Amino acid sequence: MISDAVLLSRLQFAFTLGYHILWPAFSIGMAGFLVFLNAAWLRTRRPVYLQLATFWTRIFGLAFGMGVVTGVVISYELGTNWSGFALATADVLGPLLSFEVLTAFFLEAGFIGILLFGRGRVSDKLHLAASIIVATGTIFSAFWILSANSWMQTPQGFDVIDGRFVATDWFKVVFNPSFPYRFAHMVLASYIAGTFVVLGVSGFYLARRRHVEFAGTAFSICLWMALVLVPAQLVVGDAHGLNTRAHQPVKLAAIEGRWETASEAPLNLFAIPNQKAERNDFEVAVPYLGSLILTHDLHGEIKGLKEVPPDRRPPVLIVFFAFRIMVACGMAMLGVAVLGAFLRWRGRLASAHWFHYLCVAATPLGFIAILAGWVVTEVGRQPFVVYGFLLTANAASPVAPPAIASTLLAFFVVFNLLLLGFFWYAGRLVMRGPSATALPIPQPTITPRVSHA
Amino acid sequence: MHDALPAVFAAILVLGIGIYVSLDGMDLGIGIVYLLAPRERDRDLMISTVGPVWDGNETWLVLGAVILYAAFPAALHVLLPALYLPLVVMLLALVLRGIAFEFRPNAVRSKRAWDVIFALASLAATLCQGLVLGTYIGVDFTPGRPTTFAFLSWFSVATAVGLVAGYALLGSAWLVWRLSGEPQAFARRLLRPCAIVVALFIVLVSVWTPLAHGDIATRWFSWPNIGFLAPIPVATVLVWVALWKTRDSRFDGLPYLLSVLLFWLGLIGLGVSVFPYAVPHRLTIWEAASRPGTLTVTGIGLAFWLPVVMSYLAFSYWTFRGKVRQVDAYP
Repeated sequence: MISDAVLLSRLQFAFTLGYHILWPAFSIGMAGFLVFLNAAWLRTRRPVYLQLATFWTRIFGLAFGMGVVTGVVISYELGTNWSGFALATADVLGPLLSFEVLTAFFLEAGFIGILLFGRGRVSDKLHLAASIIVATGTIFSAFWILSANSWMQTPQGFDVIDGRFVATDWFKVVFNPSFPYRFAHMVLASYIAGTFVVLGVSGFYLARRRHVEFAGTAFSICLWMALVLVPAQLVVGDAHGLNTRAHQPVKLAAIEGRWETASEAPLNLFAIPNQKAERNDFEVAVPYLGSLILTHDLHGEIKGLKEVPPDRRPPVLIVFFAFRIMVACGMAMLGVAVLGAFLRWRGRLASAHWFHYLCVAATPLGFIAILAGWVVTEVGRQPFVVYGFLLTANAASPVAPPAIASTLLAFFVVFNLLLLGFFWYAGRLVMRGPSATALPIPQPTITPRVSHA
Repeated sequence: MHDALPAVFAAILVLGIGIYVSLDGMDLGIGIVYLLAPRERDRDLMISTVGPVWDGNETWLVLGAVILYAAFPAALHVLLPALYLPLVVMLLALVLRGIAFEFRPNAVRSKRAWDVIFALASLAATLCQGLVLGTYIGVDFTPGRPTTFAFLSWFSVATAVGLVAGYALLGSAWLVWRLSGEPQAFARRLLRPCAIVVALFIVLVSVWTPLAHGDIATRWFSWPNIGFLAPIPVATVLVWVALWKTRDSRFDGLPYLLSVLLFWLGLIGLGVSVFPYAVPHRLTIWEAASRPGTLTVTGIGLAFWLPVVMSYLAFSYWTFRGKVRQVDAYP
């Protein structure tokens, strides 16, 4: 009975968190973009920047709302579905999550109103300040959440007393070994995901020859962004991989589909990992490349899954493929960025409509990569919830399985309807284009408070 | 010194719940009375009074969850799984309520549908919070883990209805403050009916809990406690009477301030009854508290950030102050 509860809670948490993660990622990226646009408007007073800021603020508002409402759910699920985890980790992660709410959640909530509704009511400078504060809030939020998440991956700075983790060194807890890498990786991923959404929408307009100045400006900015961010992400991702090898060798073995420990390990481009038989089927491998990439040395050793007993291994197939999906998305985005730079050099950026359509097709790549990467890191941590210390099976709440099954179904239905709603309304904003959203700014709608007779 | 920390955190938690109820209770209350408004334009205005601030209001609920996690994990460990269904349904309702805020201004033909979702979701979230409250006071947590449907009892249903009336009171009173003309008159008409139901609910809780729990009766009615505690019920009655009389008042902000005061008095009364328990009759706040080191670190963060948070939230309210006369729209 308990095992059903564990499975159902895992499904519910994976679904609600996987769904949630998309929106903060988009918000982080978009908030940075809005800061740029609002600053550019204030500095140059070119109307196109105001037009862009107004248009994208509205899309941002929709996505931000999705992030808030789904985030509230997560904060309670820690208790409703994972009370064992909550009790065991409160003396380490409790302060971290409290600080997230205090320094980030409130900060965003407090200034989002001014960002969304404040233009015309507060000065342009204050409006820019609000967008900087919201963007900073999203980064603070990522800082604390990823610190807590990374501690679950690479825990340190604690003792275990009576089956509960107790922090002994807060600095070590916050700055645990995988945190700097995961933080950089996730923030970059968020900026890239946001960049490719703006790129895709702008590409759509350019391909249709609509709003050419408006779309062309954003298109150019985003291609520059992509050209910087995507290669940077490859470097950070590589460093993250080396860090995983040092601290979570079993996860790395699952990523690589590596069963036996080996030096001079090949890189498996494709395989069907077979968990029962402890081998790969249909393997396609490049000699030496695995060791070279993961150790930066042709003879470097990579640990295999067989180093740990079968019940301490993550589901290899899922981790293996999720990783390859993530890398494939990254490579595709790199291709778009480089191709864009080439076309710019040849002076054909505005006229190459096939490239505009290519960018439309690339719109979701950043999000697919984020979801796949998230699966790699969380499924790769299994069967533990706190890597090496607390099994997921011991972390769940003893709630009756039918109750969880019904709420899981409800979340599934409601969240998917919301997604449809988002596509519907955001899609309509895109179809309408900037002209409809950049009409003269509405005057303040509130009159100063006077005593009412 | 360290022994005082759990009590301090219990006070902070009560403060957080009080602020949540005062602010998001009012948002939810607007949702509860929303469909009663006679015209679509009234509903647009009602939404506009909280459009820029509802997000911050809801965040107090998240703060409550993380403080419970950081400071009283053993209480969270017992309470949240026991309250699984009402809590998760509340979350789903809050998701729909929040998204209605975001989608409604973008909707054209589907505006009516979002109106209905906004109202029903607000009602459902409030009912669930009322069930949680009733279960927390009314259910016996001593034998161990309550069953899945332990949250359903005549008492918890009564508290749910009471909370609906209470939030409707807060919401209507807020609308009286922030609106003018016809929609204000509509909100003003709702004040007295809501106040009557709230009074019945306060009487019910005040009579039932001492009868059902001998220790609560002793707490309130034994000497010298009765001397110290008597001001709470006396003040409650006075505030209620003042609220009743605001129909003729010239100060539009008064009904809301008095409604908030009424909620705070109820909350303090509840605290007096439940103290020193985090989980009634099972875990005291000292037994449920996390380690002194955890409390200290969290406390330092709260002491530094909570005043900052409250200042800028107040600034946000200040920015959007005054009577709302036009429908607020995105730029």
